[in-house]
This record gives sequence, structure tokens and C-alpha cells, in this order.
Amino acid sequence: MDIDLITQVLFAAIKTGTPLLFIALGEAICEKTGVLNLGQEGMMLMGAVVGFMAAYGTGNAGFGLLGAMLIGMVMSLIFGFLVLHLGANQVATGLALTIFGTGLSAFIGSGVVGQTIAGFQPVYIPVLSDLPVVGKVLFSHDPLVYLAIALALVIAWVANKTRIGLTIKAVGENPNAANAIGIKVLRVRYLAVMFGGAMAGLGGAYMSLVYTPMWVENMTAGRGWIALALVVFASWRIGNIVLGAYLFGLASIMHLVLQGMGWSISPNLLAMLPYVATIVVMVIISADKFKEKLLAPRSLGKPFDPRQMA
Amino acid sequence: MSETLKNQSLKPRLELLNITKQYPGCLANDQICMTLMPGEIHALLGENGAGKSTLVKTIYGVVSPDSGQILWDGQAVDIKSPSKARDLGIGMVFQHFSLFETLTVAQNIELCLSPTQLADIGNLAARITKLSQDYGLNVDPDRYVHSLSIGERQRVEIMRCLVQSVKLLILDEPTSVLTPQEVAGLFNVLRQLSNEGCSILFISHKLHEVTEICHNATILRGGKFVGDCEPANETPATIAKMMVGDLAEQDAGYEKAHGEEVIFSAQSLNLAAKHPFGTSLKNVNFELLKGEILGIAGVAGNGQEELMSIISGEDNRTLKGVFTLDDQDLGTLSAGARRRNGLAYVPEERLGRGAVPEMSLSENTLLTHSRGFVKSGLVNWKAVKDYAKKLISDYSVKCHGEFAEAKSLSGGNLQKFIMGREIGQNPKVLICAHPTWGVDVGAALAIHQALLTLRDQGAAILLISEDIDELFLLADRMAAVCDGHLSPVVRTEETSIDQIGQWMAGTFINANDHAEATA
Amino acid sequence: MIRVQARTEPSTLMTFASPFLAIVLTLIFGSILFTALDKDPIQALHVLLVLPLSDAYNISEMLVKMGPLLLCAVGLSLCYRANMWNIGAEGQLLAGALGGSAVALMFVDSESFMAMPLTLLGGILSGMAWAAIPTYLKVKFNSNLILTTIMLNYIALYLLIWAVHGPLRDPDGFGFPESALFSDATLLPVLSDSGRVHLGVVLAILLALFAWFILSKTHLGFKIRVYGADEPAATYAGYNAKGISWFVMLFAGALAGLAGVSEVAGPIGQLTPNISPGYGYSAIIVAYLGRLHPAGAIIASIFLAILYMGGDLAQIEMGIPIAVVGMFQGVLLFFLLACDFFIRYRVVSSRENMA
Repeated sequence: MDIDLITQVLFAAIKTGTPLLFIALGEAICEKTGVLNLGQEGMMLMGAVVGFMAAYGTGNAGFGLLGAMLIGMVMSLIFGFLVLHLGANQVATGLALTIFGTGLSAFIGSGVVGQTIAGFQPVYIPVLSDLPVVGKVLFSHDPLVYLAIALALVIAWVANKTRIGLTIKAVGENPNAANAIGIKVLRVRYLAVMFGGAMAGLGGAYMSLVYTPMWVENMTAGRGWIALALVVFASWRIGNIVLGAYLFGLASIMHLVLQGMGWSISPNLLAMLPYVATIVVMVIISADKFKEKLLAPRSLGKPFDPRQMA
Repeated sequence: MSETLKNQSLKPRLELLNITKQYPGCLANDQICMTLMPGEIHALLGENGAGKSTLVKTIYGVVSPDSGQILWDGQAVDIKSPSKARDLGIGMVFQHFSLFETLTVAQNIELCLSPTQLADIGNLAARITKLSQDYGLNVDPDRYVHSLSIGERQRVEIMRCLVQSVKLLILDEPTSVLTPQEVAGLFNVLRQLSNEGCSILFISHKLHEVTEICHNATILRGGKFVGDCEPANETPATIAKMMVGDLAEQDAGYEKAHGEEVIFSAQSLNLAAKHPFGTSLKNVNFELLKGEILGIAGVAGNGQEELMSIISGEDNRTLKGVFTLDDQDLGTLSAGARRRNGLAYVPEERLGRGAVPEMSLSENTLLTHSRGFVKSGLVNWKAVKDYAKKLISDYSVKCHGEFAEAKSLSGGNLQKFIMGREIGQNPKVLICAHPTWGVDVGAALAIHQALLTLRDQGAAILLISEDIDELFLLADRMAAVCDGHLSPVVRTEETSIDQIGQWMAGTFINANDHAEATA
Repeated sequence: MIRVQARTEPSTLMTFASPFLAIVLTLIFGSILFTALDKDPIQALHVLLVLPLSDAYNISEMLVKMGPLLLCAVGLSLCYRANMWNIGAEGQLLAGALGGSAVALMFVDSESFMAMPLTLLGGILSGMAWAAIPTYLKVKFNSNLILTTIMLNYIALYLLIWAVHGPLRDPDGFGFPESALFSDATLLPVLSDSGRVHLGVVLAILLALFAWFILSKTHLGFKIRVYGADEPAATYAGYNAKGISWFVMLFAGALAGLAGVSEVAGPIGQLTPNISPGYGYSAIIVAYLGRLHPAGAIIASIFLAILYMGGDLAQIEMGIPIAVVGMFQGVLLFFLLACDFFIRYRVVSSRENMA
């Protein structure tokens, strides 16, 4: 493999990993408070279509991002209301959100299929982007790649160094105890769910504004689900999520690498690779039950109902 | 004593006026009034379901009352939330601790403080260390809570209240989780706080403790105020009468039995913990004899749960040559096969483990008792229903009928039902965990009788309980667990609460290791 | 003042009324949506719900769509009852179609009476095999079933696409990604001359009744219910958790596989890339709408089949995008979950409460 190919592959891996990073960061915070939102795929698709339509309508990709985050938050509020206020099953509600988002995005996006927009232009970071290999791989991306990394740093700081992070951890471990000492459990969870929604919207917008850039039905192709696996893979640690996102990004473009190396394998078989990789990773990490019990937020997926506190 | 207190300061710290709280189908508090003076240690007494927890949660702002008034230092206050309560100077130590195991002691305490309080304190860790020395609490701010024992966790809870300069400390059944020696330490801290003018509201049902430490007592029954007294002038018997009414019978002493031949044995049981915060079992050895009750004392979390689940087979790791039941190797069988071989089990959690909450009593009968009710895979529901009816009447289970959901029963009635179901399978060995925990006096008596009857029919019973009084009442032989070690087994009449208490704290462990080394 | 209060016992009435209430709310939502889109809501609802039942042909088409929905939903109901979150009916259906087609294509020129049964068996076994993968990973490695089954749905789809482009492509098909047409001996018998209702639909209803029997009359069914309602209780009682997991998953896989092979050996008659409009996902909604009860699934699958039919008709007659069907399904599940709140809670006025 020559150096140009390696450069291109690593560059593409970071680009492909970026939407996963957005979603996984949001979902990790959400799960840290004990809420499992399986609706990522639906929120992401809505973010993609609304982001695309907003950018197409206004001609400004920035409005696209804003619209995507807003629709992600609205979608997550539906989920939050059902799960947090009405005590609905988190798994079923998350699935409903995905089914709803898939249908609704296809419905409202039918008018803009095949349209194109300018999207975001790469930002070449002065000096650094001129470095050989590293310059291309790390310092000549679109602004959202840098945004994702910046967000990861901020989130890691908030989660590990601040009182907000402490509160999130407490709610995720033991909501009853948190309630007993006066933490507003539902408020914390609502905020976390909405944050997750905004991030999923961003992840979706990345697909339709940067990655392709255009809108096609079901264009996320399971990335919302892969991001969910990524959170588990990263053991809810922000640093691991960044690393994991780019690794999954690399796995997703392996078929390009193999084709580039002249392997003659059917593209349909190669397209399975990211999904197979996800399963393999899931098996490797979950085999250690002891570790998972230690690291998973303890109240994950379990409802908390302040009305039943007697 | 209380007279002198009232003379010291005429203004009560806390007054409750006609507090009423209605839950669906249950009037938890009915027009309750109570007064607490500064420095007073006040007991709140009552059976399970008397409304004690609801009342203290009202004071702490977790529950909002339907009507009534709270006066704090003479001012009417509306305590909307625990943080409001803490701002007033009210602290609470919960029965099931409200600590976060994955955080450190200092982080746990920080979460309870408002940003202004935190700023006032400055260096929180230093403050904790200072208070720890002043009160002899021995709390290290940097340790993770999951590495602490139950007694240490309780001290962290108390520390949480102390850093806020508490004026009223509420403790919900604080002694039920401690060894007798730890109880003495706790009482020293409480007396010190009382001398400094802090009021203490102390919930308990251990009457000898109340007479030992409390100045005044308020007694609740069925959500209503039934009287108050100065415990120093009462005996445990007279207080008990107020708590349960005149009609309740009391447990008398029971005859101790001598077991005959060995029916079950555990030899060199070593087992790593399955859960990250669990306890490993270390070289546990004991035998169960036909026709005896072996009681195992211990503070929660010292390996009881692990021991029971490996014996019952819920922990599905196979162990060869460790357990024998009737000379058969039990450790290689599945949990279901162990049941078929004559093992029965009454677990600690009645609802959610011993019984499925949303299923009827007949379905819950079939849960573990299928012999005779299943033919070539098909369930004879008629027979199951008839048998459930019989259990309900034999054990006087109060419920709407065999179709009633398990969760609609009170704790005591559900426990009688589960006990009846397990005994009805004629077990050779019955494992029984905390059988009367949270159960009213009448049901506890019935459960004790059922256990003794089963013993006298020749079954062996392994009784695991945190209630040391109950163990002395029922067990023929006794031992204690500490950190996964099992103490020597002794006959109940040849030991004392003091010795078992020391074993619960682990004094036997070094001696054992020493004996092994020299052997 | 009006407020919400917990019921002392869950409401049986609401348990049954909730799905119907959810359907009504979804239709109201739909009317508002159609009005907003400048489509006559009355006409739209007529096309969506009434037209599919207007004549014998439409009813038979509706039943053809009901078959796979019901088969998948019955299997999922049992899985969800046992707390096995199998989202993989779609993949198991596709695997069934693929495996069944592989068998069927051996009989392209054959009139053997074994062709049809062997094809069905091939589909059923393929569905079971596809379900066995996540089950094994779950039982052996504790892998998250939701995520592995979802991933296997995507993998099954690409496998199917690969097969119709590669080994199973009709050599005389001018390069189209389709298999050869199956022989008549392979196709499922059609019940009447006028429609396309085939043996698979009858099998679906029989299997739903069989699942009902298992759940209510057998010890195994009881254990499944205990396992789902309260896992610690099942462990405590000594039930074989692995055995139960395997049973429900293989049963669901077999039914989904049968659904898949019944499509290719039924109305379609060959293997194509688009054999399922997401039946496996919709079956999740059918299972919930049917209260995870096989009998409920029969009624719920009829409703969803009407919606599918109606979606097709609405696209043809009124130019409403077919995606509206998927959106309605999501909304329906939302409303159902919201209505279920009132099984455990009721609305009271404070005055009543004080009395």
C-alpha cells in the first residue's frame, strides 16, 4: 500500500467516523443519566432531512445545522415525555422513535430527493495542513470534524471535572437516592435526552450537508444503531468514544481499501463489513460480564417514577 | 430529663401540627402532631406501615403533606424539597442509604451541598477530616463508597449532615444494619450531638435501644397518633403494647432442638464474587442436621447473598464436591434439579423474586411448586387454583382470593404465602432469608411457628437474618459471617449476643487463619 | 383541579381499550396532517381504511399482506414476553426467503410433490439459523440482542442483494437482479381462483392459535411469561433461562423464515431484491398493538395490512407518498405507549379525591 492511499484512507476514516462521534457523544451522556434512547436512527434521519431542507431553502448550511439540532431536540422530547413522564418502556419507545423518524423523514423529504447544495468547505489549518501526510489526514477537514473533537473535549471536561458531571453520574447510578437528596432526577434526564437529540440531529446533518451532500431516504444506513454499539464499546468513556468512532469509520470504508488494493470481492458483500465489525466488537466487549457490570450506568433502561416514591 | 430540656430553651425546634397524607387506598398519616426541643433525642415508634417513614419524609421534604403545618423554630415553613430542608438545618440518614457507590466519600457529600454552602466550607476534604476526628467517625474523604462496609457508609451519611451544621438529624432505623458494637459507637455520636444542642429524631422498633438513649417517644399505629411517653419511665413491654395494641401476642421462648444426622454439608466453599461490588466466599464449611435450625448472623453484604445463591443454584456456576444433600453432589445440578431433590428457598425479596408482582397467587404457586400440577407439559390450572386456595386458608393469608395479584398483598401476608408454598413441597432443606423483615408482629409470630413446625417434622433449616434477636429466638445452632468468612458454629444456648456480635465484626477470622497455619 | 393518581390495581378495561384508543388518536392525527397537506381528510381516510376492504380482490390482497405480518408478530410476541428484544424479524424473513429460494431453484424444472414442502422447510430452517446467531451470542457472550439482531437485518439484506446479483441470478434473465421463476410445483397453493390468498396465510393463523395454546396452557408458556415479567423470579424458581431464550428465538426465527419463503413461493414467485416492505419492522408494532398476545396479533395484523394496502391505494389515487405508512406506524406506537399510561394511572379531580 502506498503512502497516498494510506493518507486517503485515514482522511476518509475520520470523516466517516465524525457522524458516529456526534451521535455517540450525545447518547453517552443520555445513558450516563440512565436513559437508553434507541431512537438515534430516527432522530438522525430527521436531522439529515430537516438540515438539508433548511440549508437548501436558505442557501446557508449554518441554518441547516441549527434546524437539524432543533428537530433532533423536538424528536427527543417526544421520547422524553413518553419515557420520563408516562413511564413507557424505553426500548419500545426508542424503537417507535426510529420507525416514526424513518417514515416521517421519507415523507417530508420526498420533494428534495436529488437536489444538491454547496455544503461546507474544508478549512485548511495554516502551517499544520502543509505537513506531509498528517496535514492531509488531520488538518484539512470541514469545520464539523473540528467541532466534533472540540465538543468531545468539552463533554469530557464537564463529565469528569464538574458538578454537572457528578450529578449526571449520581442520577445514572441511583435515581432514588438522587431524588432523596434533592436532585431533580427528571429534569436532569430531560436535559440529557434533549442533548442527545441535538447531537443526533447534528450527526444526521453531517450526513446530508457534508458527507454526501444530498438527501436520500434512509441514507444513514444504520449508523444510529452502530453509534449505540459504539457507546457500549467505549464503556461510556468519552476518550474511548472518540477513538472508537474513528475505528468504526475505518471499518466502514474498508471495502474501499480492499477494492483499492485490487481485491475482487462483490461490493454487496463488502458492504456488510461495518455491520459484521459491529457484531464482532459487541461480542468481544460483552463477553466480560464483570467489566460491563462495573462500567454500565446502573439504572440504565430502568424507569424512575417520583410518583411512586412513598 | 425531658423536663430539663424544655427548661433550657422554651422554644421548640420543630412542631408538627395535624400532618395528613393520603396515598391511594391508604391513609399514611392522619392528623399527626409532634414537638421536638433542641437537644432532644426523640423516638418515633410504630409497626411497619404505621406511617413513620411517610412522616419523616414529610419533614425532610421528600413527601408533601395533603394538609397540616410544620413550624421550625416557631416559624411556619413549607418544606418543598430536601434541599429546602437542608437549608433549614435538617439532615436525614436513610434506612436504605442514599449514597452513590461509584463516587468517593467527598463527592457524595458535595452533591448534598448547595454552591454557596460549598463556598462557605472551602476545602471540603479538610472539613471532613476535621469532623471525622471531632466525632470519632473515622471517614476518609477519598475512598470510594463501594469499598466501605455498611457501618462506614452510615457514618458517611451522618457526615453528610454534619458538614451542613445540622440542627435536626433524622435517622431511619439506623441500628438494624449494625453490629452490637457499632450501635454503641453510634449512640456515642448521637449523645455528643445532643449535648451540642442538635435535635435527633430516631426511628426504631428495637425497644431496648429506645429506652437506652431517647428522651421522649411518639408512637404511631395505622397512621394515627396513639400516645407519647418518656421511655426512661417505661419498659419495653409497655411500649410494645402501645405500638401493636392490646391484642397482639408476643413470641415466647421456644424449646431448642438437637439435630440428628447430617443432611446437607458445605465443604471448603471458595467462590469469587460474580458482581464487581460483591463479596467472595472464603473457605466456608458447615453442616445442616435433620431437625434443626442453623442461624447465620451478619451485617448485610458480608456474603449472605452469595452463599444463598450458590446453594440454591441461582448462581449457576458448578462446584464439584462442595455441597452434598443426602450424600448426593448438589453443586453440579441446576437450580431446578436442586429443588426436585428437596431444596426449598424463601428469598429476601418477596416481591420481584419470591413472587412475580403482576401474577396471581395461583400462578405464583406454580412458580416453584409444579409437582402434580403439570402433565406432559400441560398445566392443570384447576388443581393449581384449588391448592392455592388451600395455602391461603392454611396460612391465613389475607387477600381477595387466589386470583389476587402478589403485589396487592401486604409484606407479611405475601411472606406467609411464600413460606407456605415452600414448606408445602416437603423440603429436606429450607433456606430462609430474613423471614420477618418488614413484617408486622402477628405475621412474624405465624412465620416463626411455621418454621418450628417444619423443623420438628425433621427438616433442616438454614436461617439467615440480620436480626440477632430473632436468631437467638429460633436458631438451635448459630454462626456469623464477615467478609465472606464463616465463623465456627456453636449451640445457641452456649453463646451470647456479645460473642456473636464480635464474630459479625470478624474477630474470628485471624484466629482461624492462625489455626490453619499451625495445623 | 385535575390530576393524575396511581390506580391500586391495573385497569383491565384500559388494557383492551388502549390499542383502539391509540388507533382513533392516530386517525385524528392523520386527518390533521392531510388537512395541512391540502388533501381532503375524509377522502384520505376512506382510501386508507375503507377502500382496502371494498371488494373481494382488495380483501384478498389485504390478507396476502397480513400473512407475513402475523407470522413475524406472533414470534416477536413470544420473544418480548420472555424479555428477548428480538428486532431481527426482518433479517430472519429475508434469510427465510433466501434459503427457501435456494431450495426452490433446485426444482425449477421439476414437478416433484416434494418441491413445495422442501422449499418451505428450507425457508423455515434458514430463518431459524439466522435467529440462532444472535441467540448464541446472547446466551454465550451476553451480547446485546437488540444491536446484534439489527446488524443481522442489514447483513441479511446485503446477502440477499448479493445472491440475486450472483449465485441465484437467473442465467437467462438478461442480467436483471432476479432469480428464475419458480416451478408451479414449488408455489404455495392458492385458496381461491379470484385472489392470491395462499396456504401461507392459513398457516399464519393456525400458528398464531398454536402460540396462544403454548402461552396459556403449557408449563413452558408459563415459564416464558414468568421469565419476561420477572427475571429474578424465574432464576429463583430454577427455570432454564437458556432453554427459554433458545425456544422463543428459534420459534420466532422459524415463523419469520416461513413468512419470507411464503412471499417468494407465494405472491412473488421468484427471488427479487425487494421482497419485504419492512414487514419485520412493522411486526414489532403489530406485536405491541396485539398486547403481545397471539390472538391480539391476528386483529392487529389485519389493521396494519389495511394500512399497507391503503398506503398503496393512497399513492395511486391521491398522490400521497407511500412513506406515510411508516410514519403512521410510528405515531400509532407512540399513542399506544401513551395510552398504556392509563392502565396504571387514572385522572381524578381533586374534589373527588378529598371525599
